[in-house]
Amino acid sequence: MSFRIIVLAKQVPDTRNVGKDAMKADGTVNRAALPAIFNPEDLNALELALRIKDQRKDCEVIILTMGPFRAAEIIREAMYRGADRGYLITDRKFAGSDTLATSYAISLAVKKLEPYHLVISGRQAIDGDTAQVGPQTAEKLSLPQITYAEEIAEVSEKHIVVKRRLERGIEVVKSPLPAAVTVHSSAPACRQRVAKLLMKYKHARTVTELQNETKDYTELYDQRPYLQIDEWTVDDLHADVAMLGLSGSPTKVKKIENVVFAHKDSKVLSASDEDINNLMKDLIDSHVIG
Amino acid sequence: MNNIFVYCELTEEKTIADVSLELLSKGRRLATELGVKLEAIVIGSDLKRIEDQVFPFGVDVVHVADENRLFPYTTLPHASLVLHIFHHEKPEIAIFGATSIGRDLAPRIASALRCGLTADCTSLEIGDHFENKTQTEYKNLLYQIRPAFGGNIIATIINPETRPQMATVREGVMKKEVFDPKYKGQVKKVNVSAVLRDEDFMVQIIERHMEASKINIKNAQVIIAGGYGVGSRENFQLLYDLADVLGAQVGASRAAVDAGFSEHERQIGQTGVTVRPKLYIACGISGAVQHRAGMDQSAQIISINTDPNAPINHIADYTIIGSITDVIPKMIRYYKANSK
Ligand SMILES: Cc1cc2nc3c(=O)[nH]c(=O)nc-3n(C[C@H](O)[C@H](O)[C@H](O)COP(=O)(O)OP(=O)(O)OC[C@H]3O[C@@H](n4cnc5c(N)ncnc54)[C@H](O)[C@@H]3O)c2cc1C
Ligand SMILES: Nc1ncnc2c1ncn2[C@@H]1O[C@H](COP(=O)(O)O)[C@@H](O)[C@H]1O
Repeated sequence: MSFRIIVLAKQVPDTRNVGKDAMKADGTVNRAALPAIFNPEDLNALELALRIKDQRKDCEVIILTMGPFRAAEIIREAMYRGADRGYLITDRKFAGSDTLATSYAISLAVKKLEPYHLVISGRQAIDGDTAQVGPQTAEKLSLPQITYAEEIAEVSEKHIVVKRRLERGIEVVKSPLPAAVTVHSSAPACRQRVAKLLMKYKHARTVTELQNETKDYTELYDQRPYLQIDEWTVDDLHADVAMLGLSGSPTKVKKIENVVFAHKDSKVLSASDEDINNLMKDLIDSHVIG
Repeated sequence: MNNIFVYCELTEEKTIADVSLELLSKGRRLATELGVKLEAIVIGSDLKRIEDQVFPFGVDVVHVADENRLFPYTTLPHASLVLHIFHHEKPEIAIFGATSIGRDLAPRIASALRCGLTADCTSLEIGDHFENKTQTEYKNLLYQIRPAFGGNIIATIINPETRPQMATVREGVMKKEVFDPKYKGQVKKVNVSAVLRDEDFMVQIIERHMEASKINIKNAQVIIAGGYGVGSRENFQLLYDLADVLGAQVGASRAAVDAGFSEHERQIGQTGVTVRPKLYIACGISGAVQHRAGMDQSAQIISINTDPNAPINHIADYTIIGSITDVIPKMIRYYKANSK
């Protein structure tokens, strides 16, 4: 039996670059201006998985992602860096899922991939920073969880030793396998694409993507079945629809408010010596500084 | 209606962590508003008279699970004990710190109970809800309020159907306030050995190094905060120079941290530290709602920004239109020449 690692990865809008250009005049984010990226800590997670693969010949790294059709992009991205294959969980019925419903769907997909040794995810996705899906998936699979991993110090068939990065220090823990690990951004950065793998996997597609291709891939796929990225729907997962999407999500958004700035009467100053000197004088005189 | 529960964390010195005392303070207010009791959970070892630390915050009942394997924190035994208590007590509301521990534990609990959890709330309130689809009226729900991705947007999240209503809150967001120094509640000892199984200890800690954080911006009187507009790690040095002469601390926006200009411990905002200094100087920070959530209670705000229309300027007392590379050296020069 191979040593199987399942990496959970999410495609997210790049909230780190919500600069001025990404904002619309009304103060809301122009999503179209935000590129969709591989969630940063999921790349750290992939790297930790690939490092195990570097050490063990029998290791297989599988990427699992839930999202719209285009999320297949990050499965290919992971393949270019060394992942063996990937599955895209996609279905309209998943829309509106909160972290509880998401972890339910992901846990069903992980079960389909039994037997596995490790489920590795990022600590948190930058679109919500919730850090909930990792522990929730662990709970649904009755796995022990090791959060905030920075390094995997040791792996055997039966155990794993992990260094964790906490707010005020580090901890090294040992857990039996299978286990769930969430990875912190202080873990090593992910390796770059490998040219050979880029050549090998550049035609990897999901069924849906193939339908939209003008070229006929039938022959290529007969020869190279590994190019097929599987899509799993609610039916494939035998999921209980009541536990998915909006109905399976106990958190509801009651309202969304645009923050109206409580405008202060801001004194506007220039960068001239005079303006700055006057300001500093005021601050010193009023004992705010000094 | 059932009661409000706060999971209390322990520091290395086995005192109740500040974040938990802050949550007890908020919990007390919510409990009084709802006319229910405030209950605390403390899990650890050698917890002699730990109740004395929580009663002044208005705790009516404290559940204490005391056993030598329960400190330091590990996920599975703490989760089993919290779930055991929740199964019996059926809390209405449960609040956890948005800390390494709380963010490890709360999602595990929420998943096991299939209930909703909102991370990093910046405000908690009580309110009603009318569900149009089902024509159902819900009284006294917990409004879990946090900035949402999507610009200057604040979202109010509710869990109409599931209990407990769960939320995590970062340290410093709520105010720590003693309710009554003489307040006395009741202690309930948890029968730990009856709840825990050997499997709960399958993850072992084999090494541990904790250090006191060197960076302490939470209690600083003056904060010089830099954003993406500072431009580089080298330019950030200007902020340190100004902080040095003013005796201030340096903070950062998430964009500055992500760009590698500053350490994560200095991040201010919804997912960083919340600060309330006398003076906050925002340098090259646009003022996204997630950032403002952590600093808008500063007594005075100065914004230094090249963009006259940057949102931060609207909450600033002074706005200096200019580049930080120009303005900060001038501030340092004047202060050096004129302070006593
Ligand atoms: C779930 C989530 C949680 C988040 N949590 C946080 C959080 O805790 N804290 C936080 O800060 N952000 C947080 N963010 C990010 C937040 O939405 C913004 O993206 C971020 O605060 C922007 O940082 P900034 O103002 O430094 O950068 P920008 O928005 O890029 O602003 C840069 C500013 O610098 C000005 N500037 C440029 N050059 C100069 C110069 N030479 N001199 C002076 N000014 C100049 C520009 O005019 C601009 O106003 C979070 C986002 C999400 C989605
Ligand atoms: N839709 C998804 N598909 C795959 N993995 C996910 C998904 N959502 C969350 N994850 C994983 O769970 C981690 C935490 O996500 P979050 O709870 O949203 O902050 C992420 O870093 C991913 O590894």
